[in-house]
Amino acid sequence: MALSEATVERIRQLKQRYPSPRSAILPALWAVQHEQGYITPEGMAAVAEHLEMEASIVEATASFYSMFLQKPAGAHQVVVCTNVSCALRGSAEIVTAFEEALGVRAGETTPDRLVTFQTTVECLGGCGGAPALQVDHRFRENMTPDKARALAAELRAVPTPH
Amino acid sequence: MPVKEVLTKNITAPGLFELKTYERLGGYLALRKALKEMTPDQVSEEVKKSQLRGRGGAAFPTAQKWSFLPKGVFPRYLVCNADESEPGAFKDRYLMEHSPHQMIEGIILSAYAIQAHMAFAYVRGEYLEAREVLERAVEEARAAGYIGNDILGSGFNLDLLVHGGAGAYICGEETALLTSLEGYRGEPRLKPPFYPTSKGLYGQPTVVNNVETLSAIPHIVLNGGDWWASIGPPTAKGPRLICVSGHVERPGNYEIVMGDTTVRELIYDLCGGVWKGRNLKAYQPGGGSMQVLTKQHLDLGLDFDSMQKAGSSLGAGALVVMDETVCMVDVSMRLVDFYHHESCGKCTPCREGTYWMSQVLHRLEAGEGRDDDVALLQSISKTIDGRSFCFLGDTATWFLVSAIKYFPEEFAAHAAGRTCSAEPLRIPA
Repeated sequence: MALSEATVERIRQLKQRYPSPRSAILPALWAVQHEQGYITPEGMAAVAEHLEMEASIVEATASFYSMFLQKPAGAHQVVVCTNVSCALRGSAEIVTAFEEALGVRAGETTPDRLVTFQTTVECLGGCGGAPALQVDHRFRENMTPDKARALAAELRAVPTPH
Repeated sequence: MPVKEVLTKNITAPGLFELKTYERLGGYLALRKALKEMTPDQVSEEVKKSQLRGRGGAAFPTAQKWSFLPKGVFPRYLVCNADESEPGAFKDRYLMEHSPHQMIEGIILSAYAIQAHMAFAYVRGEYLEAREVLERAVEEARAAGYIGNDILGSGFNLDLLVHGGAGAYICGEETALLTSLEGYRGEPRLKPPFYPTSKGLYGQPTVVNNVETLSAIPHIVLNGGDWWASIGPPTAKGPRLICVSGHVERPGNYEIVMGDTTVRELIYDLCGGVWKGRNLKAYQPGGGSMQVLTKQHLDLGLDFDSMQKAGSSLGAGALVVMDETVCMVDVSMRLVDFYHHESCGKCTPCREGTYWMSQVLHRLEAGEGRDDDVALLQSISKTIDGRSFCFLGDTATWFLVSAIKYFPEEFAAHAAGRTCSAEPLRIPA
């Protein structure tokens, strides 16, 4: 998958924006993931090429960060927080509601490729509205099993890629 | 009155995230005042008088940190630590999403004080919404002439860049944050130097301040350091946001006067008490990393010293409340799993120790514990705490060790294979 001209241009701008081109690796990877949905070896090689550095440098950095996806995800991504504050207020029921509604377990993508369902042990910072989740990186707070089921249905009805 | 709304005074005003609303409510007046009437040193002097201590968790005096910058060494950088990731903390997200210009004004003022011409805001990857709000606000501020060259005709130049992380708790640790900002794996750096003020970003003098700390600066500049220092007890000046989560009726952010407010007042008066009419069993005053306290500690003042004397810490200002139905083995397991997952793997005590503690806690929780498991957990904790490369390893042990101290019978019951009557939080691994 070749990068679009717009993403290449974005990476070139980022390179100029920082005192060191290496600092542009994370924002460049975000740009690639935004366009392609996940990070491939070719995507990392392209970042390296446009930042004018070895691909191994980009790979070493990319593999450290959990939000860079290494395999294709569904059109929508649901991440349910399971750290303490959310767990105390019932994130287990939210997880179960999604698993039943979507027919997949945490970490899996629905067969129609519409929804990737995940849980996270890292606190999302939605504790004031726990249990919380993010759908396509947007917060949904004060979740209930009913709201979870409704969200699952909504995501599968409107197949808008992010 | 324990509540003192300064940083959150206008936070519910519709459209506060927009420049025109922020300006209408008095925004950027502090910057105008500083750039027209004050030298950089005078700004630092007001911050010194205010006795402001950092709101990120370590509570280090802000002006003192600034004063560590070596004289005459340039370029130097200001970095806003917006990598809020402490379990239970959500105040910085609240401030950024609702009042981004307050933080930006604080960054410009602080950069002026320390004479940095490049500033970064490192926002955790999960806070995409906050990052988008900030990026829009920075562009508005740039277009209005608050960021860029010759700001308000003062001759002061500043560029500000919003940088997104990508999912790594460790990057909240300031040296790991700087390593990450340089484009490397976000691993912490060897100390000394203890502060990046001497050698930080790109090896240059760097000040790293938290979102809430920087958001306080416009108020200190506008109203004077003495005014800020007039609020609160001697060692905990100024209002402070406390994030309350867990088993209370009304979780949320509460801006309070430290010391003047007790934990009991916060939980029972401001937050409506423990939910469902239940009793309190335990709380963490400073987020997932901090030692647990119990109902015997309800009358402590919410300030640095009171919490420290009680054997815990106000940390990131994240109070997590647990009711009587919660099992401490279960919560310990969940927190240790978190630290195990987030350990960067650089040093052995943390990498292997958190893995081992997790294994032991999982078998205890499952009722398959062994007689010596509690002693084993204490022994592993001692090997990690104080022997890790950074605080992540140390703090991975603090909740567990304190939970064993206050609730030994629960751990003993699990070790004896009887588990407990508590409903498990039951989260898939």
